[in-house]
Amino acid sequence: MIETKFDYNGEISWCPGCGDFKILEALKLALSELALEPNEVVVVSGIGQAAKMPHYLRCHCVNGLHGRALPLATGVKASNPNLTVIAVGGDGDMYGEGGNHFLHAIRRNPNITNIVCNNMIYGLTKGQGSPTTPIGTHTSTQPGGVVNRPLNPLLLALSCGATFVARGSAADVDRTKELLKQAISHKGYALVDILQPCVSFNKTHSWQWLATAAKWIEGEGRDEGDISVAMSRALESDPFPLGIIYRAEPGKTFEETQAPYRSGDTTPLFARLPRYEAIERLIG
Amino acid sequence: MSEAKRTETVITFSAAAGLGLQTAEDLAGKILSGAGFYVFSTREYMSRVRGGNNSSQFRVSTSPVRAQVDRIDWLFALSPGLHVNVTENISKSTRIVGDTTALAAEIAALGFEMVDIDLIERAKKIGGAVYASMIVAGFITGIFGFSETSADDYIAVRFGSKPEVVEKNGIAFREGHRLGLETVGGEPVLQKNTASKKSFVFMDGDTALGLAAAAAGCNYITAYPMSPGTGVFSFFARNADALDAVVEQAEDEISAINMALGASYAGARAMTTTSGGGFVLMTEGISLAGITETPVVIHLAQRPGPATGLATRTEQADLEIALHAGHGEFPRAIFAPINVESTFTVAGRAFETAWKYQTPSVILTDQYLLDTGYDVKRPVPASIRPPVVPAEAPEGYARYRFPEDGKWISPFAVPGHGPGFVSFDSHEHTEDAHITENREIRRKMVEKRLAKEHAMREEAMPHILIGPEDHHTLLVCWGSTFEPLREALAILSPDGVALAACEQLNPLPESFVRLMAKESAKIFVEGNATAQFARLVRAQTGATATDTILKYDGYPFTVDELVERVGRILEKFAKGAK
Repeated sequence: MIETKFDYNGEISWCPGCGDFKILEALKLALSELALEPNEVVVVSGIGQAAKMPHYLRCHCVNGLHGRALPLATGVKASNPNLTVIAVGGDGDMYGEGGNHFLHAIRRNPNITNIVCNNMIYGLTKGQGSPTTPIGTHTSTQPGGVVNRPLNPLLLALSCGATFVARGSAADVDRTKELLKQAISHKGYALVDILQPCVSFNKTHSWQWLATAAKWIEGEGRDEGDISVAMSRALESDPFPLGIIYRAEPGKTFEETQAPYRSGDTTPLFARLPRYEAIERLIG
Repeated sequence: MSEAKRTETVITFSAAAGLGLQTAEDLAGKILSGAGFYVFSTREYMSRVRGGNNSSQFRVSTSPVRAQVDRIDWLFALSPGLHVNVTENISKSTRIVGDTTALAAEIAALGFEMVDIDLIERAKKIGGAVYASMIVAGFITGIFGFSETSADDYIAVRFGSKPEVVEKNGIAFREGHRLGLETVGGEPVLQKNTASKKSFVFMDGDTALGLAAAAAGCNYITAYPMSPGTGVFSFFARNADALDAVVEQAEDEISAINMALGASYAGARAMTTTSGGGFVLMTEGISLAGITETPVVIHLAQRPGPATGLATRTEQADLEIALHAGHGEFPRAIFAPINVESTFTVAGRAFETAWKYQTPSVILTDQYLLDTGYDVKRPVPASIRPPVVPAEAPEGYARYRFPEDGKWISPFAVPGHGPGFVSFDSHEHTEDAHITENREIRRKMVEKRLAKEHAMREEAMPHILIGPEDHHTLLVCWGSTFEPLREALAILSPDGVALAACEQLNPLPESFVRLMAKESAKIFVEGNATAQFARLVRAQTGATATDTILKYDGYPFTVDELVERVGRILEKFAKGAK
């Protein structure tokens, strides 16, 4: 494995063979190749196996509550827009518990990258159905098989107005790393949903399954900005398309619309002092 | 209490929502306050956008007034269907002004007469019903004997871009003024105050809270709209540019508090504002602030519950949820301003405490306090401690470093400022914010967090005592109950009775703990049904309530009501003593 400035040297508590290792590797490489400094990067998460990722990186680690990574990350970014902010978590965390925040973070368009390690199962709580588990999957809490329809995160993101929507694969660190670099460089909210196996609780979606069930979109110069093409692609599942599904001009980011930064001054809020003159004027 | 004192005049407006009486109230308030009177105003309203019947009270006095009374000297009744909280206070000396066509039968049924000013017809003749408000403003100016030109500047500024509107408002005002003057036979209802009132400004609770937060450096505010917590959010939204603040309406209260915590972590001075129903959604976030030692201010504007309760009314029943919100054990500060001046001071303290001790502060207000305004001594922004710009995070910085001896907190740094890594973890964590299950570290971290509460208690805002130190009976209250109770006590002026109020409810100040240890009868006066503060006091001091005066009908205590209720209890005590 290539060494980076972002390498953490402590113990990692994921199961051996977990797809999260590959996603962590891709993320570290992406950050390193973008020449970012570890103290400029804040990785924010909620709760879950994937949400432990900030602890396994050498940078600012923010590990909040289940489902709440996106509001937390939005707050960090709008408090100091000079930071590179990445929100990472699993499918249960981001699409289940945090589902409402997912919709509204996309609408809000903070300049953050949202990585979802999608193994289609709850790992931390030991194998219950998640919002992306296919119908019929037998789990400890759905012994008769999952009956709820799986959520399509890419289609959902597109419908909410996301301007960068991509799908990666834990089976291809190199190409997923490239996707992450593009996502982090995208000015605005960027979703990278990454398919990965769960080696402990999801016997269906194994490394072998991943090798054949998903296929990279080929062809240079294709129109990434065509929303109809993107929506059709997002609906495909046999195989799942991998790569950038949609990319368009992001418009104004959430931070740019806010009073402190509207003029282009990105001085973080911690360095700003009360506006006494305005306060005196408002007192009357 | 029905006889009108010559030192003050009480005006009540009652009208359907959407009638636009706000202009009349604002303008009359400005003119009266500008002329040297002390003006107090408060309002109550139904949870509807149009129709119904809302009321507001204007108490105009020659000396400072800070509480609501029952008496009505002048009632402007503009919509039929007056509510009982208005009609029960009409007396023989009340002048009822309005439209006979709309209200004559109703007023007659109550046994009273009206001064008919044919308001809506008159307004329509000028140019539309919208001018009714300006006629009322003129009328009030007339009964106080001010000049018919009193509103010219105001009208010019407010409607300056539309000459026709300026002219018609001027006509409406003068017409109202003439009617007012005629009604009082040229004899002003109150003599102008000659004493200087220069250093006073009219301010309501919402504005005081917003200004204090801004002076404390608040530059990040989030909310999901919920009455009555939205006012302070709107204040920041209106003034975001001037105050250099990020203002974001979140998708829900869970998001609102998590955004605020992310912002605080990265160095913003963040606040979120809500009411009880939204506050309970924030509880996991409050717990997160506790373990991550992240400063945040939560404004909890109380309204009656449970659940949706009475959406636009007032109550003091969220003290216990504020005290217990969030799982696990961690320190928190709870403040409850007692009046508008106190809202300014206390909100400043809430920020100071949250940042000094890296823990959540809750400001408990209520609909009555937020919607109440009066002439206050001009607040001084510099009296609020300015924010501290954090030092750089050095190499090897650990966010949760165990404090040195004699210190209570770990040094606070923010990400991206200095070479060190600044982390944040919702798990039990090591000093450098990584997940741990080590029992020794767990114990030490719990103790580290809870130890802050000792220092917070030592620094807690002392209680307020009105009346003799050597009292035999003590009235105890908190929050907006203070002002009506203070005035009621002044009217009763019984021997040996004092009034104590707390602006900080957790941790309770040592001074108050000592006060509670003194032998005296203790009457708790609270705007709830179960005496929540009495329970908190018993838990933290061992002192028990001798008696309680409680109110939970959605309306605030008035001075007159407390004169009666406190008087009755004191009489009972006196009989018992004999």
